[in-house]
Amino acid sequence: MGVATIGRVSRDNTSADPTVRAPLVLPGNDYASVTDKVCGIVESPTPPKAWYVAFGVASTLTGVLGAVVLYLITTGVGVWGLNKPVSWGFDITNFVFWVGIGHAGTLISAILYLFRQKWRTGINRFAEAMTIFAVICALMFPGIHVGRIWLEYWIAPLPNQMSMWPNFRSPLLWDFFAVGTYFTVSLCFWYMGLIPDIATLRDRATGKVRTIAYGIAALGWTGSNRHWHRYERAYLLLAALATPLVLSVHSIVSFDFATSMLPGWHATIFPPYFVAGAIFGGFAMVLLLAVPCRQWFGLKDVITPRHLENMCKILLATGMMVGYAYAIEFFISWYSGNPAEGFVFINRAFGPYAWAYWTMVFCNVVTPQVFWSRRARSNPWIIFGVALCVNVGMWFERFVIIVTTLSRDFLPSSWNSYTPTWVEVLTLLGSFGLFFTLFLLFLRFLPMVAMAEVKAIMPVPHPPERR
Amino acid sequence: MTPQVTDGRPVWGLLAEFATPDDLVHAAASVRDAGYTRWDAHTPFPVHGLDGAMGIRSTRLPYLVLAAAIAGATGGLVMQWWMNAVDYPLIISGKPFNSLPASIPVTFELTVLFAALTAFFGMLVANALPRFHHPLFASQAFRRVTTDAFFLAIEAKDPRFDRAATERLLVGARATRVTAIEG
Repeated sequence: MGVATIGRVSRDNTSADPTVRAPLVLPGNDYASVTDKVCGIVESPTPPKAWYVAFGVASTLTGVLGAVVLYLITTGVGVWGLNKPVSWGFDITNFVFWVGIGHAGTLISAILYLFRQKWRTGINRFAEAMTIFAVICALMFPGIHVGRIWLEYWIAPLPNQMSMWPNFRSPLLWDFFAVGTYFTVSLCFWYMGLIPDIATLRDRATGKVRTIAYGIAALGWTGSNRHWHRYERAYLLLAALATPLVLSVHSIVSFDFATSMLPGWHATIFPPYFVAGAIFGGFAMVLLLAVPCRQWFGLKDVITPRHLENMCKILLATGMMVGYAYAIEFFISWYSGNPAEGFVFINRAFGPYAWAYWTMVFCNVVTPQVFWSRRARSNPWIIFGVALCVNVGMWFERFVIIVTTLSRDFLPSSWNSYTPTWVEVLTLLGSFGLFFTLFLLFLRFLPMVAMAEVKAIMPVPHPPERR
Repeated sequence: MTPQVTDGRPVWGLLAEFATPDDLVHAAASVRDAGYTRWDAHTPFPVHGLDGAMGIRSTRLPYLVLAAAIAGATGGLVMQWWMNAVDYPLIISGKPFNSLPASIPVTFELTVLFAALTAFFGMLVANALPRFHHPLFASQAFRRVTTDAFFLAIEAKDPRFDRAATERLLVGARATRVTAIEG
């Protein structure tokens, strides 16, 4: 088997020289070494120690989540700090936060695919997994915040004992369709990409359990080119469908706010503003996961410095879009001449929740600016720190939008403040536990890099010596 | 006469291995030109140019997906109109019972949902997957097809299959190894 070698070249593939095509898999790798590296993670008898520590913490938090949700359901939504007028707090903040996280995964897997950004292949698999798990966390929050969860099926257009149908003019119902479709389509897309790679695990499996489990999951894939032909077409179709879908999902989430009459929510800028913020926050989460994973699992050849640098640039660009949206919100509130609108924004920046507002501005607008420097874009510690900041900032963005508006509506006599209870704080922490538990299990049992796609963008091997 | 392997069991076909994707593409073109019909190439990733070399006709899956998208859009619109304007008219802020703008989000989502599920399951059905048994799985060498090996398999059921002549064709096309697979 010929080895794809490109001679002795530097392992820094972040060169901006447009005359040189930077390798997307570092030199010294061939098809077999990519398979060995990626499958080795799943096949090693024991994961790294860091995995055990992380899994211990994450699964404990998941247990806490289960306990507080059970407490909520058996007692009632009064265990949360919500009341009139702040009837949405941590629950919907967390929902919008987690849905937003998912968007980067779809952007990488679908939009970058349509734009033929070949570097996506190193990171698309675990970004898609991140999408699935983030949307699971997101779906949980509207699910538990309704109070009487046993009546949840009323939102679906199913015949029920009241002989009534849902109100299709409600954005909350649009949300149900949007996020439900998003989850289903993301799952199909992710699983489809996994089929050839699970087949690799099946073909390398030694134990009986692994052979059977991966054998079933691989659906009998043989790498047939007649199959690849339809597979690639279906993959392209799914990418083309997921692209408008992902833009629609956060637009519809923003309709939950924008179609209301409340000052601070009733704004036409919301759909693009929310989509940009979702991609921004999602890419921060991808970086937050990619930086330690490539370190712990020895994947630096596949998730290269160039991948990290590209994502930093996207973070910088979307961070500035978000900053622009913050500025335009202020401008419009002044330009509209509407006193209620103007007050809400002054109150955001200088009122009782000013600390949350300025945390958001600092984390989302100021910190990504370090990525103008190439040295910052190639330093994993700085990348990790900024990604962490952006995640905090994007959570606060949703908190600021929801709580500042609700706590100060048109009528000063109904103003009130909102403080979360311990149950809400533990539910937020627990949702991170659930997300990381699922993600760590994914790292342990499924290939975290799309091997077949990475191989397809590697240089074709030179023919060996002919006899 | 049914071709036989040495111990007397029937042959499912011949499996040829190639060193590089380029060799496989050239071999596929010669097998296509020789008029074979029941054969396939097996690769770890989709190889550029192989569809043309094998003479694969473009799949009709996109038309199926388009039909599903139209069905999803129509179904979504009709469902909302019937539920909110006919079967149980809901008075919401004095708005019209049937209003197209408010129906667009759900219609769009159902369009994408139907189309995406059709693309995914249509691909599986057209490829006859899942299929948990395949004669090629018996070959130890074939396990490398999902790592770094490039194969071409010709079935004995092919009307042009002739054990010796087919093997000569494959070896002549630079196969590094040709083995018979039991059926």
